[in-house]
Amino acid sequence: MHSDFQTYRFVMIVSILAAFLLSLTATSLKDKQDYNVEVDRKKNVLKCAGLDVMTINSEQIIKNYSQFINEKVISKNGSYVDLKLTDLNQFEDKSTGQILYKNNNKEYLPLYEYSKNNEIVAYILPISGKGLWSTLYGYFSLANDMNTVKGITFYKHGETPGLGAEIEKKWFQDNFINKTIFNEMGQMVSVSVEKGKASGSGLEHKVDGISGATMTGAGLNKFLKSDLKRYIPFIKSLEIGA
Amino acid sequence: MSNKNIFSDPLINNNPVTKQILGICSALAVTVKLETALVMSISLTLVLACSNFLISLLRTMIPSKVRIIIQLTIIASLVILIDQVLKAYMYDISKQLSVFVGLIITNCIVMGRAEAFAMQNNPIDSFKDGVGNAFGYSIILILVSIFREILGSGSLMGISLIPQSIYDMGYVNNGLMLLAPGAFIVLGLIAWVQRTVTGVTED
Repeated sequence: MHSDFQTYRFVMIVSILAAFLLSLTATSLKDKQDYNVEVDRKKNVLKCAGLDVMTINSEQIIKNYSQFINEKVISKNGSYVDLKLTDLNQFEDKSTGQILYKNNNKEYLPLYEYSKNNEIVAYILPISGKGLWSTLYGYFSLANDMNTVKGITFYKHGETPGLGAEIEKKWFQDNFINKTIFNEMGQMVSVSVEKGKASGSGLEHKVDGISGATMTGAGLNKFLKSDLKRYIPFIKSLEIGA
Repeated sequence: MSNKNIFSDPLINNNPVTKQILGICSALAVTVKLETALVMSISLTLVLACSNFLISLLRTMIPSKVRIIIQLTIIASLVILIDQVLKAYMYDISKQLSVFVGLIITNCIVMGRAEAFAMQNNPIDSFKDGVGNAFGYSIILILVSIFREILGSGSLMGISLIPQSIYDMGYVNNGLMLLAPGAFIVLGLIAWVQRTVTGVTED
């Protein structure tokens, strides 16, 4: 029979050993893991822009990223500012999951430009917000008409595998391609995930829902629209310029 | 129980998945593709073998009042260790396995073997028991995932197996196999075949 003292001592020793072992592994593998996360983020930016990233390795992803993607920062009223993406600090609004990008307490927005032969073919913007259980993080890309969707990706979420987690599947993301975010009145209506199969009028702004994941879809609709709204001044400024 | 049976018994006759119906959750979740099933099998084998060995090594020292907590601490540490290594070296697969690597902690097979075997037996036998049970689990996972990947995606290890000409003739992949019910059906069939062959029946 063990005395209370022996019990406490044993529990202490086991916990300290376990904690030591785990912190050692976590610290020593951190660089490698951070690199993987960075590659995965870049891969998602490229994939969102419509590049095939499934068959290329991590070095090629980094190379393609630096070749095709320009990281830009724009102000809230839509003009380019001379800041680097790394100058921005990210703050997540815990209630909505929206990320605010700040530098010296002023809010900015990140923008990725995908250029081919010195011509911008797509703009990629980060999106994030609450699904059912978790915050979803991803990218959304628009063709250079600033209306047609080029792609959507998610690189981090904690939705239920098989249900809400279907948002990261190709079939779901492919449905967004070639949808439009502005209606004929010029209003930004975003693209909405329907409950069940998309039907009725306005199909160019609707995609099929995921059965068993209505709430994830509803969350996605909400944050996609509010994230896109932030870029309207920028979109308008491009139209005036054109 | 003889030494040989400790290892071989859980492979067929007393398979943890099909006979004891343990670890079903992950068996359904990670068997859409063979690749994820393999990584999951290797992860579980490492965790189960090491946790059985360590717990058996400490079995006389573990105060019985806190034994479940100690078992969980050991199992959880091993699982987190593996999760970290996967994130560093097999990032894509670790993303696909998502929460299921972490959920090895609550896999009934691991806790079950720790409590039922490792606490009463010596470290070597416990290690064998761990490997045996993990292999029993792995066999089922691999079998289920082979069926699901071929029937559901028409491929194996991501390599397309069914020629385009057959698709042109009107063949379609069975989408049901990609969903959890598909795994239930395959698992049920395997359990049926296994019980018919070994002749076991429920009391």
